[in-house]
Amino acid sequence: MGIGIRIEDLRKIYDSPPPSALRGAGGFSFTPVRSAKSKDKKKKVEVVALDGISLEIHPGEVFGLLGPNGAGKTTTIQILTTRTRPTNGRAFVGDHDVWQEQVKAKLLIGVVPQRPNLDFALTAREVLLFHGAYFGQSHKERARRATELLEKFKLTDRADHMVRTFSGGMMQRMLIARAMMHDPEVLFLDEPSAGLDPQTRLLLWEIIRDYNRQGKTIVLTTHYMDEADTLCDRLAIIDHGKIIAIGTPRDLKASIPGGYLLRLRFDRAPEELLARLRTLPGVSEVRSTDHIAADVYADRGGPLISAIVNSAQSAGAELHDVHISEPSLENLFLHHTGRSLRD
Amino acid sequence: MNWKTFYAMLSRDGHVARRNLLPTLMQNLLQPLLLTFVFGRVLTSGGMMQGSYKNVLLPGIISISMVLSGVWAVAMPLISEFQFTKEIEDRLLAPMATQWLAVEKVVAGMIQAIVSGIVVIPAAYLMMGSGANLSFAHPLQFLAVCFLIAFLAAAGGLTLGCSIGQAHIGLMFSLIIAPMIMFGCVYYPWSFLKAFPVLQYVVLINPLVYATEGLRGTLVPQIPHIPIPAIIAALVVMDLVLLVVGLNRFNKKAVS
Repeated sequence: MGIGIRIEDLRKIYDSPPPSALRGAGGFSFTPVRSAKSKDKKKKVEVVALDGISLEIHPGEVFGLLGPNGAGKTTTIQILTTRTRPTNGRAFVGDHDVWQEQVKAKLLIGVVPQRPNLDFALTAREVLLFHGAYFGQSHKERARRATELLEKFKLTDRADHMVRTFSGGMMQRMLIARAMMHDPEVLFLDEPSAGLDPQTRLLLWEIIRDYNRQGKTIVLTTHYMDEADTLCDRLAIIDHGKIIAIGTPRDLKASIPGGYLLRLRFDRAPEELLARLRTLPGVSEVRSTDHIAADVYADRGGPLISAIVNSAQSAGAELHDVHISEPSLENLFLHHTGRSLRD
Repeated sequence: MNWKTFYAMLSRDGHVARRNLLPTLMQNLLQPLLLTFVFGRVLTSGGMMQGSYKNVLLPGIISISMVLSGVWAVAMPLISEFQFTKEIEDRLLAPMATQWLAVEKVVAGMIQAIVSGIVVIPAAYLMMGSGANLSFAHPLQFLAVCFLIAFLAAAGGLTLGCSIGQAHIGLMFSLIIAPMIMFGCVYYPWSFLKAFPVLQYVVLINPLVYATEGLRGTLVPQIPHIPIPAIIAALVVMDLVLLVVGLNRFNKKAVS
């Protein structure tokens, strides 16, 4: 039986720069808001990291928090993992209020932080063994699990090396192995694939899916569209500390009007052809700059192809290449905020 | 309270301390032994100091060894683990109320301070050569004073470690540790300060004074010293104040 998460009207206002900004983690993009008391001699700068977030994460689902740097993703995770005290609102892991019943909540969760926080005084195996010991595992059990996890994460040959000598990718794998060591019901991953090579990223995704198949709840933050799209059952899109959209990746994408983009290439694309394309059913916009290629924005993809081919033929042109991109979260973000996710 | 977790953290600190045994020993032992040799041996054998100075010096050396090793053992790891790398986070996420981690650090620091004392006492005694007359007439008082000194060092380390950033370690040494040693009655008994009446009372805020005078009172009672009950009372108060302040600062650092 999985464990769900509930967040009620969570707010977090920092009155000094948030700790992750101090640590230089991916530039906080807040505009500092002066508080009402700013006329006081002490110029108190308030930073609103979370501005009243409520959401429910179902047991056993992979839930993604998607948003640009400084949107409030990490703060949400930090509150849910007992590391940050909310200014307002409540957060529950299972039935436990994470602020009131910290120890019970901590027993249920595993955390993969944004930056490596491995115990540099230990070797890889020791990191796992001591972590198991903190969670009360027996000697035998933690030795077995440590060996299994090192094997699974392809770290066996470096098991007895100090973790401070590890490369970034190895540290990332160690972090995930450590978070899984006590077999938590809920796994939090804060930007798990940032800085990973594509191969390790695929390994990571497989491991996350595999863990999810055991009925575990996964909460991850990301600013990669494809990651959110392929991994998550449901997503919340966050910007400036607020949820701007929530749902399955599919539903979210379907909510954008004319979400499909068909990139076409002809041998030539005269004005006549472009005009014909504009009249096709479901097409909302056609753009062409060089009279060879045309970008067609429409509410459907494949079904338009035959009509496009017909239009090309009757305009005396030949279709060379078609690329259909499905409605993307990138487009969604743009649609809701008027700016690109990478801004 | 989750004692399994507490014990696991203690064994983690023990494991790391054993791994760094040699450098730690050198760090904790070399300086006191050099001091013992120069002040206790060279200066006394050359006639600059009377032989009885050894009795004044030895408790002072033991006290700074215990205090410095305890402060170091707690403060340095805390300063670095709370910095940039946030190494401490894996323990903050362990199933135990966060401030018990601070308590664990204090216990680990006390153990290191006591070990350091156990090693320094015979080493310094031997280095001193003949002439130091130690008395073990009051073993219980001696043990109580040692316990309180170890507590003092570890709780002080907690407070310092949670108050100071990595950039200010050097400053901590010159602004806090060095004056503490110089005005900690390490090289002279407290009663010698009577020529400087204001200073004599100002130094009473320095916890090291009670540590050194306490060891003097129990190891070499023939030297004038602050009365033992007053010392024990002062140490208990300072221990508790430093512990409370340290826990407070720790909690503030641990949760944002």
